[in-house]
Amino acid sequence: MNKNLKEQVLRSGGVNVLKCMRCGKCSGTCPSYGEMEYHPHQFVYMVEKGDIETLMKSESIYKCLTCFACVDRCPRGVEPAKVVEAVRLAAVRQQGNNHLEPSEIPALLDEDLPQQAIVTAMRKYAK
Amino acid sequence: MQRIGVFVCHCGTNIAATVDVKAVAEALGHEPGVVISQDYQYMCSESGQELVKSAIREQKLTGVVICSCSPRMHENTFRKAAASAGLNPYLVEIANIREQCSWIHKDIATATDKAIILGKAAVAKVHLNTPLSSMESPVVKRALVIGGGIAGIQTALDIAEAGFDVDIVEKQPTIGGKMAQIDKTFPTLDCAACILTPKMVEASQNEHITIHSFSEVADVKGFVGNFTVKIKKKARYVDETKCTGCGLCTEKCPMKKVPNEFNMGLDNRSAVYIPFAQAVPKVATIDPNYCMMLRSGKCGVCSKVCSAGAIDYKQQDTFIEQKYGAIVVATGFNPINLDKYDEFAYNQCPDVVTSLELERLMNAAGPNGGTLLRPSDKSHPHTIVFVQCVGSRCDDEKGKPYCSKICCMYTAKHAMLIREKYPDTEVYVFYIDVRTPGKNFDEFYRRAVEQYNVHYIKGMVGKVTPKSDGKIDVQASDLLANEQLHIDADMVVLAAAIEPDKTARPLATMLTTQMDTNDFFTEAHPKLRPVESATAGIFLSGACQGPKDIPETVAQGSAAAAKAIGLLCKNSITCNPCVAHSDELMCNGCSSCEKVCPYGAITYIDKEFRMPDRTTKVRRVASVNPAVCQGCGACTVACPSGAMDLSGFSNSQIMAEVDAICK
Repeated sequence: MNKNLKEQVLRSGGVNVLKCMRCGKCSGTCPSYGEMEYHPHQFVYMVEKGDIETLMKSESIYKCLTCFACVDRCPRGVEPAKVVEAVRLAAVRQQGNNHLEPSEIPALLDEDLPQQAIVTAMRKYAK
Repeated sequence: MQRIGVFVCHCGTNIAATVDVKAVAEALGHEPGVVISQDYQYMCSESGQELVKSAIREQKLTGVVICSCSPRMHENTFRKAAASAGLNPYLVEIANIREQCSWIHKDIATATDKAIILGKAAVAKVHLNTPLSSMESPVVKRALVIGGGIAGIQTALDIAEAGFDVDIVEKQPTIGGKMAQIDKTFPTLDCAACILTPKMVEASQNEHITIHSFSEVADVKGFVGNFTVKIKKKARYVDETKCTGCGLCTEKCPMKKVPNEFNMGLDNRSAVYIPFAQAVPKVATIDPNYCMMLRSGKCGVCSKVCSAGAIDYKQQDTFIEQKYGAIVVATGFNPINLDKYDEFAYNQCPDVVTSLELERLMNAAGPNGGTLLRPSDKSHPHTIVFVQCVGSRCDDEKGKPYCSKICCMYTAKHAMLIREKYPDTEVYVFYIDVRTPGKNFDEFYRRAVEQYNVHYIKGMVGKVTPKSDGKIDVQASDLLANEQLHIDADMVVLAAAIEPDKTARPLATMLTTQMDTNDFFTEAHPKLRPVESATAGIFLSGACQGPKDIPETVAQGSAAAAKAIGLLCKNSITCNPCVAHSDELMCNGCSSCEKVCPYGAITYIDKEFRMPDRTTKVRRVASVNPAVCQGCGACTVACPSGAMDLSGFSNSQIMAEVDAICK
């Protein structure tokens, strides 16, 4: 378990996952549930356990619509969407292992991709 | 010259672990007037008390300071010990160095300094203590029970059984409360009305019990043993003494479109009504908001058909005043309003109901005569979803922070009854935790699962959507299967949280009793004095003190009765001598004290005073009735001229304490 990562997620999300009483209302209300590998209640529990790298690698962090239905309806005020957002931020902010190599680019190109996106990606990920 | 003894208690390690008790005893020994200063492991023990007694005798003490726990715990113990050694008990002062010092500090040096300061303040005060003697005040041998639900009925019956007169004040037209609305009771599934109505009848027939139905408590004055209560009997426009309860007026009344509150608004009643067949008293009541005669003067049918001549359109609210020795609060509970839980569509769909509404839907005296039908189209529901913890166990902003306690069991009951009566119905219960502590309770819940095949699903309903075909889409999570479900339901039943009745808060103000943040009445001690309020003579019965099921409510109702009987048995009670008194020469007759006195203990009298030039002058001055004064001290603070003072807590004593602390 990566304690620093957990600390970072809790702090950037501004949430207290210990308030969760495991009712599952967040996952009961989530419109994106079917799209997600890990569901809102699992995000809360896995962040509590410190199992954050698994979440960061999952596509689920991009499937959350940030509609805030779970935030609105959570009886305990845990705010699961903010937990998902915090994990998403942790993925975006990680450094060193997400670099785009120029040699990989040609394989990734398709004709719909705006050129500006490639430039932005190089700025963002190349050191 | 004062001779003061100081005794510092270790309280095992409760005090001694954080406060250097020897240093405290040593420091206080140097205070003026202190002739003996000791520490001891347990001052409250027999030998500890003996230490105080022998010191009083041998050292001829004129004052005693005990540095120990809160005076709530052992002030009485040490006062009695002092009295038995011949010292006036009001010459004993307690310095609270446990709750206010050792328990809340960690640093020994800080705690010891503070304990010494608290001790010095007590020594400074005891210098100014004067011997006081208690008076006796008579006990009125009559009790008042506020609320006529099962809690109030049980309390009243038990008090009456002991031979004391009891009055029940009930704001509805009938006693019976919530239990009268319930269909069956868990865990035995016996009919609620069958076990409640005999008690209601017993209460109405008991010669010691007077029922004031459709009445409210308007004002409370006085104190333990001697309360004066003003009861407002609301106009019911029917003479209770003449009405025979024949019900002809309710049949003939042309205004039949009034939501029936007894059936939770699921059907209609007439403007003149008797809430239900077994109502006690069985007397009609006219609803002035709907009665055409009272609204526009055109109708008068009920008056024409009433052979007893009981209808009286000119009836007014009346007030009666009665004296009581004890008051029992039994104001009960209500389900919360579900307006803010949009996700359950309670306000959008008539087939989404609360559990109490379901009770009426299933009751033989309910809107459908006991057949469970959907309120929207009167069809048989085939899939029913129960949602637990609606508004219970929530964050403060989202609902009630507490567990409502009764929902798990009544939901199991509902599920079981539906499966028993309509086996073709699928029943789903979404739960967070199933909480069934209680005799035969878990067995009951397991029966619902194992014998009746009720589908219990660990998870919560997130969204309820009424569909155009009349079905209801229930979107929920199944946490154990880790999937999201959609159930096509015919009805959804919400286990709404329960909250204290809205009348409880203003009543608590009238009674000067305490409530918690959820408006439940606070008991004097959560474990050892569960049915007494912190205000002497006021007792608590039933769900007004916290969520309770029927067996617990009845048990607490009887316990409150036992406490009230204990009080009513006494001919007189010893009054607190720490009461206010006014210096007539300083009083300017401004009435400030009279206005702030919560007990009505202060009156104003015209008194003749001799002036310096040998003339006399009549002045208006305050006079305190020491039997009524409870020593709260509000008047001493309000008095602008400083004439009002409180024995045992005089202004000079309190200032001496403040000086000692600030030195």
